[in-house]
Amino acid sequence: MAKVAVIGVGQSAFVRSYPGSIRELAFEAYREAMQDAGIKTEQVDASVVCSAPEYDKQRTPAGLMAEYLGLNPQPTFYVESVCSSSSSGLRTAYALIASGLHDVVLVLGFQKMSEISSAESQERMGRGADIQWEAPFGTMMPAYYAMYARGHFEKYGTTEEDLALIRVKASTYGQINEKAMFRKAVDLEKIMEPKYIATPLKTFDCCANADGSSCVILASEEKAKELCKKPVWIRGLGMATAPINMAARDTFSGLKCAQLAAARAYNMAGITPADVNVAEVHDCFTIAEMMAYEDLGFAGPGEGRHLIRNKETYKDGKIPVNVDGGLLSKGHPIGATGGSQIRTIVLQLRGEAGAMQVPGAKIGLVHNIGGVGIYGNVSIFGVE
Amino acid sequence: MGFEQFGIISFTGITKTEEFVEFLKKNELRGTACKHCGAKFFPPRSDCDTCLASDMEWFPIAGEGTLVTFTQAMYAPAGFEKDVPYVLGVAEFGDGVKVFGRMDKSLSQDSIKAGMKIKIRIVSLDNERLSYELTSA
Repeated sequence: MAKVAVIGVGQSAFVRSYPGSIRELAFEAYREAMQDAGIKTEQVDASVVCSAPEYDKQRTPAGLMAEYLGLNPQPTFYVESVCSSSSSGLRTAYALIASGLHDVVLVLGFQKMSEISSAESQERMGRGADIQWEAPFGTMMPAYYAMYARGHFEKYGTTEEDLALIRVKASTYGQINEKAMFRKAVDLEKIMEPKYIATPLKTFDCCANADGSSCVILASEEKAKELCKKPVWIRGLGMATAPINMAARDTFSGLKCAQLAAARAYNMAGITPADVNVAEVHDCFTIAEMMAYEDLGFAGPGEGRHLIRNKETYKDGKIPVNVDGGLLSKGHPIGATGGSQIRTIVLQLRGEAGAMQVPGAKIGLVHNIGGVGIYGNVSIFGVE
Repeated sequence: MGFEQFGIISFTGITKTEEFVEFLKKNELRGTACKHCGAKFFPPRSDCDTCLASDMEWFPIAGEGTLVTFTQAMYAPAGFEKDVPYVLGVAEFGDGVKVFGRMDKSLSQDSIKAGMKIKIRIVSLDNERLSYELTSA
């Protein structure tokens, strides 16, 4: 298995409305990552650009970004898997390097969601479902994940309060992450107010749209050792898909694509769930984090609620999860999210996570899902 | 051609499975089954991914099913706002065939529970549009 490392990371602050265009937004993450890596544009052999389409009007964004970031004439192209686009970008970049085609590849994730209305944004997301057979009923992400919450409640007796505890945790860490959109603690009473978006999910069970960008720079073993003092190695990558139609899903209490992606990543890394020191999971909705605990094997099926009730996923717990605030506190700029999760794990493993640091973290995991479990991406990183 | 009449809003009107709407006009919900290998599909498709044939017959989805999961949407994506609140659900019928769609608006919130018995009802919408819904059996 080829050794490939992360040598630079960056992200913009995630904000409700970025006062600039997508190219300017992308540049923020790019600059931070390039300065972090300490390299020049000529040292980047190729770039992979990731976002969800139809939130801005720029077609073929890879070409635009390559010009603006100073990455002509290097190869570039667009990779998309909705909310897991930049993890798919990571997988692609890894393969480009492992194949020997390139030595240094940059993954740029971006999303500007503020130029369209909230209803239009949900309409785009509704068309992230089968447009012939499901979108004609008026589908949207909260409704899909709500059906999974209902399924989890039915099968395991999980409650709305169990889910609310996840938001309490997210808001705790949002306070200490400068890059997050929501910086205030939220208490259980507020989260439990019956303001339903799609039953049983309420306002605080849902992440918010955001504008943001992220950048991850990968290098081959030789280049990483030459260029980087603290390379963070990719130990395992797993990806899997599930049918886009709900009618073709087996169960509504866990995401099969995540379970399979996790198994593949653990297998490639040669580790078990117990070996993970810190994790970033895709908490687009509180139920998504609950299912992630189980799908990743941090808890048995239906037992995720014990982890959160016992605070085991807080920074001092058995398996710290989303101690950068997660999507719930950071916001979810679709194409940029995966890169932000990767950045947090890389900082953790370098010992550079500041107030969010999990002491002695050696193995970290990123779980990044596209849509309601259409695409599952699990990436495992290690200090060696 | 016909398929653009299906659903509250249509996003594509051209499909080889447009006969689906002809069945809705006859008050039937139908899926497709491969004549070569017997694989059954709902939603309908014109190509079999099991044996690669493109030779389907239409089978009816009728009788009683069971509600697997559901949600009441209090917000809608653009274009569907006037329907709010509406309930979406998944029901399972015989042979493992599942159907996703809207639930009957006249069902009270209290009466909708996972495990309840469901039947399909074909519905006419404004502007000659057609759809189906899940209602209590």
